[in-house]
Formats: sequence, structure tokens, C-alpha cells
Amino acid sequence: MSAALILRGLVKEYVRGKRVLDGISLAFDPAGMTAVIGPSGTGKSTLLRCVNRLVEPTAGEIIFGGRDIAPLKGRALREARRQIGMVFQEYNLVERLTVMENLLSGRLGYVPAHKAWLRRFPQEDVDRAFALLDQVGLTGLANQRADALSGGQRQRVGIARAVMQNPKLLLADEPTSSLDPKTSVEIMALMREVGRQHSIPVIVNMHDVELARRFADRIIGMSGGRVVFDGAPVGLTDDVLKTIYGGESWLH
Amino acid sequence: MAALSTAAGRVALRPSVWARVGWVLLAVYVVYALGRLDFSWPRFVTGLDNGARFFARMLPPRVAQPDSLLQGLTESLEIAILASCIGILLSLPIGLLAARNLMPAWASWPARALIAATRSFHPVIVAIIFVKAVGFGALAGIGALVVGSVGFIGKLFAEAIEEISLKQVEAIRATGAPFMNVITYGVMPQVFGRFIGFATYQLDSNLRNSTMVGIVGAGGIGGTLFSAFQRFDYDFVAAILLSIIAMIMVGEVLAAWVRGVFLEKGKVEEE
Amino acid sequence: MNAALDHAQTRTWRRFSPRQRLARFTIYFVIVAAIVASARSVEVIPEFLYDAPEQVRDLLQRMWPIAWSHYPGGVHDALMETLHIATLGTILAIAMALPIGLAAAHNVVPSRTINYLAKLVLVASRSVNSLVWALLFVAVFGPGALAGTLAIAFRSIGFVGKLVGEALEEADRGTIEALEATGASWSAQLAWGYWPQVQPAFWSVALFRWDINVRESAVLGLVGAGGIGMALDTALNLFQWNRVAMVLFSIFAVVVVAEIVVTQIRDRIL
Repeated sequence: MSAALILRGLVKEYVRGKRVLDGISLAFDPAGMTAVIGPSGTGKSTLLRCVNRLVEPTAGEIIFGGRDIAPLKGRALREARRQIGMVFQEYNLVERLTVMENLLSGRLGYVPAHKAWLRRFPQEDVDRAFALLDQVGLTGLANQRADALSGGQRQRVGIARAVMQNPKLLLADEPTSSLDPKTSVEIMALMREVGRQHSIPVIVNMHDVELARRFADRIIGMSGGRVVFDGAPVGLTDDVLKTIYGGESWLH
Repeated sequence: MAALSTAAGRVALRPSVWARVGWVLLAVYVVYALGRLDFSWPRFVTGLDNGARFFARMLPPRVAQPDSLLQGLTESLEIAILASCIGILLSLPIGLLAARNLMPAWASWPARALIAATRSFHPVIVAIIFVKAVGFGALAGIGALVVGSVGFIGKLFAEAIEEISLKQVEAIRATGAPFMNVITYGVMPQVFGRFIGFATYQLDSNLRNSTMVGIVGAGGIGGTLFSAFQRFDYDFVAAILLSIIAMIMVGEVLAAWVRGVFLEKGKVEEE
Repeated sequence: MNAALDHAQTRTWRRFSPRQRLARFTIYFVIVAAIVASARSVEVIPEFLYDAPEQVRDLLQRMWPIAWSHYPGGVHDALMETLHIATLGTILAIAMALPIGLAAAHNVVPSRTINYLAKLVLVASRSVNSLVWALLFVAVFGPGALAGTLAIAFRSIGFVGKLVGEALEEADRGTIEALEATGASWSAQLAWGYWPQVQPAFWSVALFRWDINVRESAVLGLVGAGGIGMALDTALNLFQWNRVAMVLFSIFAVVVVAEIVVTQIRDRIL
């Protein structure tokens, strides 16, 4: 199985001399769900956002689709981004647009400007959108405005929007941090299900260790900008967690 | 306001000292300014007397020259429509360029400077300059009002864009959408409502201003009004004023209707 | 749940319902028709249009150098007079607009007839330009700053009254009800219930209108209502473009200063 994504020596400094990502090298299979855990500020979000270049890496290589996308600009960058779907912590839906419009906005990388403005999307995109709506459990809500939905519903739309891109990779940046425990479980299950069904590898960064243990096939623990654990959930012992998070009190 | 308790008893509230000082200063200023403006009671009273006679001459309103009135009104309407459309179209890109959260400095600063410049002068003054440049008539009026519209809508539009949530924009960018699509789906839905508000307000404002630029020769009912004044045709003046007010009221109603259609408050209708 | 898919029927999606589409289309059509009709009947003499850049260049050349020496004699007093017109006019407008604005707010004065009449007065005030008001008052009171001040005042009543009326209508009902329940009189409700809520909006509107009035006052002199406009009118009639430039510059300077003052006050008080 060739890797879907390879990171080599990824470095990010927001402030000179202070490395938030200190030479990360990782390879991701084209299937399964990987959870990235670690304390706040350790660069989990930065790591994900470097992949789709919402954050510019300071150094390193990001091999995706057979080439290094780190130095890409303009059109080439947009074409690379089309292949990467992202789910956000605060859903980042366009509040004033309807669910259907939000879903279709996942295809904006493929539709020319005037057609997008007139909302003339290809029928197959519309069909796909309806099918995805069913799959995420939001049938019948196509014409609801996004700001009329609950948090869990909004995140489902966010997931559907990302899948609409037909991506080769799905990134999720703390997708459950704004949701209650029950909904969090539903969303994680949905993402895993969607990833399996459409054969898309999923990389999730999160701070809920139990959720990670329950749903991920692989766990990467980060601390101080470096990878300190990389393996199956069973290997996530208390000692390992201490290395990642430091201190014992929170464990009990 | 602070509550006080003194030995003599309780004082429930004491207004702040600053407020009192403020009111006194205001009164002093009014007296001072009235003095500088040569205001005197005798003059005022004479004026009131004049005013009564003047008012009597205005009633009943008489349409002395219906053709002239109609032509003037139509011209003002046309000036307002064309100036608003051109102004709205121009202020979209200019306002977008002036938004500091979306545009680099080399784009936003010239745009902001342009907007500030267009707002510096009263439409009448701009109209005078246009009359010198393109001659008397409606074209000068349209030019002057376009300048005013770009200033008004451009400024408010740029401010509205600077207040949007960039998270929504980020998400659209992450799908690989090109720049125009990011604007259409990430920015416009957030500002469209306010934009329609500004645009319809400016349409009303242009309708009002178009009745006035005629006084300096830039076309419209203003010219008719001015010559009626100079001929002391006060009952015609009254008729013209009433028709102006009527036209503007109709304009406000239309603007409200357009706002209602374009601003979907709440859910989109189910089919 | 998959019944719809089994149907093998494509579901279409439309952004707007048929009724909405009809309304939007009507508006677009009307707008385009209005533009076409207007564009056709507006007289554009091509020669004048081509001549325009030359004319502007000529104008700018005549305006330079700016007649700075003209300032102390011809401009300064007029400029001050303009400021007084703007300020007094605004103060007078506020004094007159408050009662009318109160009368227009339904939750303050429950009579629909009075509301309607008050709103009518406000609309009429707004519909007539300050320049046209100035013409009227010059005819009544004679040329001079009195006409100008009244013109500014009468024009601003509509603006201030409308916005204050709207602010009153948006006031929180709960506070007022609580006061009503204590048996407070109508004026007490005004002072304790409405005024504190409306106060920030009121000052904001007052400052905004003063700013606009400084601009408006500058041109009233063109019809004889006092202020710097009269200096402008004189210079224009005599084709003394250097002086025209001086006057324009001083108007610009005053407007900029007024903006700065307003922004400073806004930042501190609001």
C-alpha cells in the first residue's frame, strides 16, 4: 500500500527560534483513521493545517499525490487542496446559506465563477449532495439555513461538505471539541464510517483520549512539537500518556 | 450617578458634575453663536411676519408649467437611477479592494484613499466641477452623484467586509476554490444583507440629491425650482416641493419592497 | 430511508421557490428597463464628453497657485460662520426632533394617528434638501446666516427624529413594564426607562448629523444663506479660480477636522 501522505522534516516556527513543529516525519496509509493527541499548544492543529497549507510550513516536505505540495502556489495549490477535505472545530459553515449550498460549496474548486454565482452545479453534484445528506442523517434539511441547525447537525454538514470534494484525504481539526459527549461519539462514528465507505484516510486531531482510543486505528502522541508515540491504541498506556501530557493528576 | 449619605440625611441621586458643566457650556455657546450670527429678536419677528405672508402666497399650490414640472421630475428620476446603478457597480470592487482583512496593503490603501477623497466634498460642489467639465445638464448631475455614491457605499461596504467571520472564508479556501468563488460563497453571503441596505439607502439619497444639483445647472427639477423662486412664483414652488416629497416617498416605499425581496430573513422557502 | 434512492428519480434543487424567483425577476426587469429608459433620454453631447479631460486640466491650471492670502480677509470669518450655522442648526434640530421622534414611536405614544402624522412630518423634513430649505428661508428671512441655520435645523429634524424614533421602538420592553408596574408616570418612564437605553444611540446620531451638517452648511451660501458658500459663490461668479481653490481647500480642511473631532468624541464617550 503506497502512502497517502508523507511528511518529512516538517518544521513550523511562528516566532523565530521557537519551533511549534520540530521536524515531524510521518507516513499515512491510504485507509483508516489516525488520531493525533497531545496537550494544547503542542502543534496538533498546526500540523494538520500545514498539510492543506492554511498555515505555511517553515521547512520540510509534504508528499501528497506523488509530489511535494509544500512549495505549491496559485492554481497548483488549489488543485491540491481540492483533494484534501477539512472538518473544523467550529464547523465553519457559511451561516447564511442553506445546507444544500454549503454542501455544494465543497465543489467550488471545480465550478467556474459565473456558474457558482448562479448556483448552477452539475446534476451529478446535486445527486451526490442528496445522497450524502441521507448518509449523514440529514435528509429533508436541504433548504434549511445553516444557522438554524444544532451543533451536531452542523458538523454533519461539515463532514458532508468535505466528502463532496471527493478527496483523497480527510483532515479533522478538533471536530468534536464544541459538541456534547453523546454527539461527539456520533460524529466520530460518522467520520469513521464515511472514511471506510468512500475509502478515504482520516486524520483527526483531538484532545479527548478516550474517544481517540475508541475510534482510531492508529494514535500519534505529540509533545513539545515532536512525535513521542506512534502506534495502535492498545499501546497507549498510562506511562505513555504521562510522557505526552506530563503530570499524573489529570489521569485520575 | 452616586448615592450619597450625609449627616443631614440621604440624597438619593446626584447627577454627575460633568453633565451639569456640559449643559452650561452648551447654553453659553448658543448665546455666543447667536450673537456672532447677528441674530436679533426684531429681525426674527419681522421674518416671521414675512414668513406668514410667504406661506400665504404659496397656497394654494399651482402647477404653473406642467411640462416643465414633469420634465424636471423625470430628469431627476433618471439621474438618480443611473447614478445609483453606476455607483453601486463601481463601489462593489472598490469596497472589496478597500477591505484590509482580505486585501494586501498595496490594494487597500489606494482604494481607501479614493473612497475618502470622494466623500470630502458636498455633491453640489462636485456638481459644479462636473458642470465645468462636461457642460450643463443631466450628465454633470449623474457624474456628481456617482462620486457621492461610491464614497458612501464603498466606505460602508468595506467596513462590513472587515467585520465578517474569516472562519467561513477559511473553510471555502480549504476546498481549493479560486478567489472569485471564495468571495461569492465566503464573503458575499455575510455582507449581502447590509449591502442591499446601503444600496437602497443610497438610491433614496440620490433621489433627494438629484432634486438639488439642478440649482447649479446639473439637471433635474432643481433648475425648475430655482427659476420659479427667482420669478417669485411661490405657488408653483409649493407645487414643485410637494411633488418632490411625493416622489421621494414613493422611492422609499419601493426601496423597502426591494429590501424585502432580496433579504431572506430566516429560512429559505420550501418548494 | 433509501426509498427516495430506489425510485431512480433525480431530485432537483432550486435555490429559490417559484414565487421568489418571479419577484426577483420582476425587480431585475424593472431595474434594467429603468436604466435603459433613463440612458436613452439623458442627453449626452459627445463633444462635451471628449472635451472633459481638457476642461478639467484647464480648471486645475487656473486654480493653481492657491490664493492663500485670501484667507484672513475673505475666508476665515465665513468659515467660522459656517461652523456656527452647523452647530446651532444641529442643536435646534435636536430640540425640535425629540418631541416629534417621541410622537412617532408607537410604544411611547400609543395613538396610531399621531404616530402617522409625526412620521409624515419627519419624511417631509428629510425629503427637502437643506439647499432647498435654504432657498425658502432666504425668501422669508432674507439672505444671511439665520436662513442657513434654520435650513440646517429643518432638514436635520427628519434625520434625528427618524433614528431616535427607531431607537425608542427598539427599546427593551421589560424595563418599561417594570416601571409601569411601580406606578411611574409617563414622563418618569421616559426619563428612567427609555432615556438610558436610547442615550448612546442618541449621542451617536447627534454627532453623525453634526458631521454631515458641517458639510451641508458649507454650500448653503451658494443660495445666499450665509457661511463659506457665499465666498465660494462670489469667487465663482468672478471666475477667480485661485480663490475658489482656497475656499475649497478650507472647506476640505474643516470637514477633515470635524471628522477627527467626531471620531475622538465617539471613542471616548461611546
